[in-house]
Order: sequence, then C-alpha cells, then structure tokens
Amino acid sequence: MSADVITDIEQAEEGTSLWQDAWVRLRKNHLAVMGLCVLVFMIIVALLTPWIAPYAYDAQDLDLGASPPSAAHWLGTDIFGRDMLTQIMFGGRISLAVGFIATAVALIIGVSYGAIAGYVGGRTDAVMMRLVDILYALPFMIFIILLMVVFGRNMLLLFLAIGAVEWLTMARIMRGQVQALRQQEFVEAAISLGLPPSTIIRRHLVPNAIGPIIVYTTLTIPGVMLLEAFLSFLGLGIQPPQTSWGLLISYGAETMEEYPWLLIFPGLALTITLFSLNFLGDGLRDALDVRGSKD
Amino acid sequence: MWRFISGRLLQAIPVILAVITVTFFLVRVAPGGPFDSEKAVIPEVKAALEKQYRLDLPLVQQYTAYLGDLAQGDFGPSFKYPGRSVNELIGAGLPVTAELGLYALLFAMLVGSLSGIIASLRPNTMQDYVPMTLAMIGICMPTFLLGPLLVLLFGIELEWLPVSGWGDIPGDKLLPSITLGSGLAAYIARLSRAGMLEVLSQDYIRTARAKGLPEWQVVGKHALRGALLPVITFLGPAFAGLLSGSFVVETIFQIPGLGRFYVQAAFNRDYTMILGTTVFLSTLIVFFNLVSDVLAAWLNPRLRTQYASKS
Repeated sequence: MSADVITDIEQAEEGTSLWQDAWVRLRKNHLAVMGLCVLVFMIIVALLTPWIAPYAYDAQDLDLGASPPSAAHWLGTDIFGRDMLTQIMFGGRISLAVGFIATAVALIIGVSYGAIAGYVGGRTDAVMMRLVDILYALPFMIFIILLMVVFGRNMLLLFLAIGAVEWLTMARIMRGQVQALRQQEFVEAAISLGLPPSTIIRRHLVPNAIGPIIVYTTLTIPGVMLLEAFLSFLGLGIQPPQTSWGLLISYGAETMEEYPWLLIFPGLALTITLFSLNFLGDGLRDALDVRGSKD
Repeated sequence: MWRFISGRLLQAIPVILAVITVTFFLVRVAPGGPFDSEKAVIPEVKAALEKQYRLDLPLVQQYTAYLGDLAQGDFGPSFKYPGRSVNELIGAGLPVTAELGLYALLFAMLVGSLSGIIASLRPNTMQDYVPMTLAMIGICMPTFLLGPLLVLLFGIELEWLPVSGWGDIPGDKLLPSITLGSGLAAYIARLSRAGMLEVLSQDYIRTARAKGLPEWQVVGKHALRGALLPVITFLGPAFAGLLSGSFVVETIFQIPGLGRFYVQAAFNRDYTMILGTTVFLSTLIVFFNLVSDVLAAWLNPRLRTQYASKS
C-alpha cells in the first residue's frame, strides 16, 4: 500500500531532521504505533521467558491431560498436561529468534553486496547483479526444503538457509540506493576532497540509504517467521524437544477436533506478531517516504 | 515482441541448468546411501541395483546421463519404491494440483480484484477500511493456520462441508481452494486498490468523466486495464506461492496432489524422487515467471524496451 500522502509542502519544511520528521509522522499512524508496542512487549516477554514463565518448559501433568483454559493454566494444557502459555512463550523465543537472526544474516549479506556493486559500478556491478537475477529466478521454497532434507533438520542451517534466500531483495534495494546517491553533488564533493571510499560509504552512503533498508528489514522479519512456521508445520523445521509457534500450530491442527484451544492460541500469537510487524513496516514506509521497496 | 520473448527464453535456460546441477550434486552429497536399509542387502543384489540406478559410474558420467534422460523427458526412478518413476508420480499428481491451483487462482482473482476495486472507489471510508483490514488478515494468516480453522468452523462445528478429500464428496473441493487462494486474494486486493487509485487520478479518467460517461464505464472500461497491470506482473511470483501453498493445503486436506507427494518424498528421503520433482517444479516456476513477464510486456509496451536495453 503506497499511501504516500506526504505533500511537497511538508517535505519543504526546514528545521527538523529526517528522523524527527519520520517519528512525528509515525506517531500519527495509530496502527503502526500499536504494532510497535505489541512487538516490544513480545520481545521483552521472549527475553524474560526463562524467569517469568508460569511453569517449567518440560513440566508435565499426565493425569491432567488436555484441559481447557482455567485459573491454573490460563491458556489450557496440551495432551501431556503441559501448560500452553509456557509452551507458547518458549516457542515464541525460537520463532522470534529465527525471524531476527535470519533477517540479520540477510541484512549483512545484502547490504554489503549491494553497496559494493552500486559503488564500484561498471562491469563488476553488471556481473554481480546478473548473478542476483539468476538466483532470484530460482524457486527457493523448494530449495530450502531440499537443504533441510539433505543436511538434516538443524536450526543453524535453518537460519543460514532462510537468510541466504532473503538477501537478494536487500542487495537490489541497497544497490539502487547507492547508485542514485553516487551521482549526487555531496558525494562527488567528498570524492574530490580525496576521502577514501570506506569513509564515503560509511559517512555518506549508508546513512542516506538507511530508510529503505529499515523498512524492508521490518517487512522481511514476518516473511522469515512465516517461512520458519511453514517448514515447522510440515515437520521440516524446528524439531522437538525444541518448539516454535509453527510446530505448536501443527500439533494443534492434529487434535483440533477435541481440543481447539491448542490450535487457536499459538495461531493467535503468530498472527498478532505478524500483524504488528506488517503494520509497523507499512507505517515506517509511509513515515520515511520510501517507495517501490515492496516486491 | 518476438525479440523480447526469445531474449527471456534464453535467460531462462541457465537458470534451469543451474537448478538441475545444484540439485543433482546436493542429492549426491547427501549423507546415507539409498540402500542403507535395516535389512542387509546381498552384495550381488546391491551391485545389480547400483548398476540399475547407474551409481557404479563416476559422478560426472552420472550427471551427463541424467541430463540425457531429462532431455528425453525422463525424470528418473524412485529409490524407495522400485518400479515407480517420477514421471508416474507427476502424471498422477499434476492434474489434481493444477485443478486445485486453478480454483484457488479464480477465487483469488475474483474476490481480490473485486474488493480492491470496491475499496479504491471510496478511499479512507468504511468501504475502504473493511476490505483492506480483511486483506491484511489474509496476508498475516498463513495457509497452515487458516486451513485448520476453516475446517474447524465449516467442517466440524457447522458440518456444512467435508473436512478432507478431493472429488469424493460434493463440495470437498471448496475449502482447499479457498484456503489456498485467500492469501493471494489479499495481495491482489492490495495491488488492485493501489493500481486503481493511481489510475483514477489520471487525466484520461477525468476526460472520460467530463464527457459524461457513466461511472461503471469509467471504472470498467478505462481504469481497470491500467489498474490490473501490477496484478498480472504479480501472477508469476504468485504461482510459486501457490505451489508451496499446495504443499500445506494438500497435506491438511489429504489431497493426492504433487505437493503432498513432494513432502512425502522429503520425509522418506527418497532422493531421486526429490531430485526429479524439484527439477520439474522448478522448471514449471521458471516457465510461469516467463509467461507473466511476457504478458506484462504485451499489456505495457514500455516494459519491452526496458528489458531489451537491460539484456
């Protein structure tokens, strides 16, 4: 949704920095602010889970079995009598960790690749971007499944595989930014002043390209989390004894006829988080006035 | 136009070759041989089997032989189920998956573009917010959650529709198609809304209105063509999404399609089966990307020169 409602008059205003400006605009977008709050809450809960979870991760109560939400177990228990809230909290740690770490991998590879291609330009750029074009056309969902099958289902590989897929768009965005910036007077001035390329990239290019990168990063995280949940649902992602929201949903789907809450609560947790990230990303895109980064 | 199409075709060839090569060698370096089963295999039998599957040849020769088979349309045998070939599997699964995908696509196009257009006609009113919020839910709600929830509601609680199967009971194709199509419908709604908003502010729309055309003609005849362009470009990538969605939907609803076979092959570590299906599915995806690019270029001549100067 490119609701670019920012007028030229607003842009021409002076005296406020880009960030202050963006913050003011973001605050006006209630959905984005709500998304940010929910997200911060989720992250804090995930970080504190080992201390604040109501039950131990592996605590079972086989006599109790699956029970609907009650005072002792706010979100009910699963078929082994494990507390659902605890399961969701620990699962959320993994789901969020996959989302953030895999996105960070994509961010590092994509930004440096794109910055180099855009800054060096010429033949190097042509070769580098042609490679991205070719990789882009590959059906990556199938490849990740293949990787998980061939090399076993371990979490480190999952991070790497997802990160290795998502860097392509990041590289394209960064390259486009750097290419456009290179031709601006202040960069030419910096070059003619004799600044080394590393300083130019660090001081002038990255700070100016960071808006679209932030927006795209925010929108990549939900995509990555969805991918992890998708793989876990099929049984090809996170493996027990560890758990994630995708895995909890897949267990819930198996027993939903008798115990629907086992499907609904982890589903809610995942959907709310994805919602928040998407609203925040959309809000940031409007606030930072980024166009065309949506693929 | 022909130059554009042939140019894109030439670009697709290295991609498909790369897929075949990478998949082939990945599968070959995978730990565990195909005959490492619990029961010991007599050496003679093993040798005969290896000969049959060409495992006794050097790797490079295996690779070229496989390429030769592929050129003749032979996707290879199954390791786990002797006598079954990838071709048989594709023959059995593809019609089912194609039918499911077609229904999902129809649902998505119809519901998506209609709600996008309705939303764009009165932006920032309830007529805009309601369909767009639904679209946001559609994007955030993954198929593997939506599917079970729909089954729970319509299949188990209300008992309106069958909970699984494909073509056995009337109405059992409805839930899988909606599950698979809803995410796509949400994207199409957003794209067509954005496209419509952009087109509706153009001069020629004002001209059309100024000369007194009724609103349905302005929208239906003049705005729609321009507004649906981003949707058409999106259909190529959407196809890949539909395919991976079919993995989940076919698993949930127990539909004997290509996606379910693929997931099963992945579970059974049936390497040749995975190899064959990966190559087949990848080629299919590359082909559909190509078709959607060509379609977009046909509708918007500016894209042709853009691509021609790039390649």
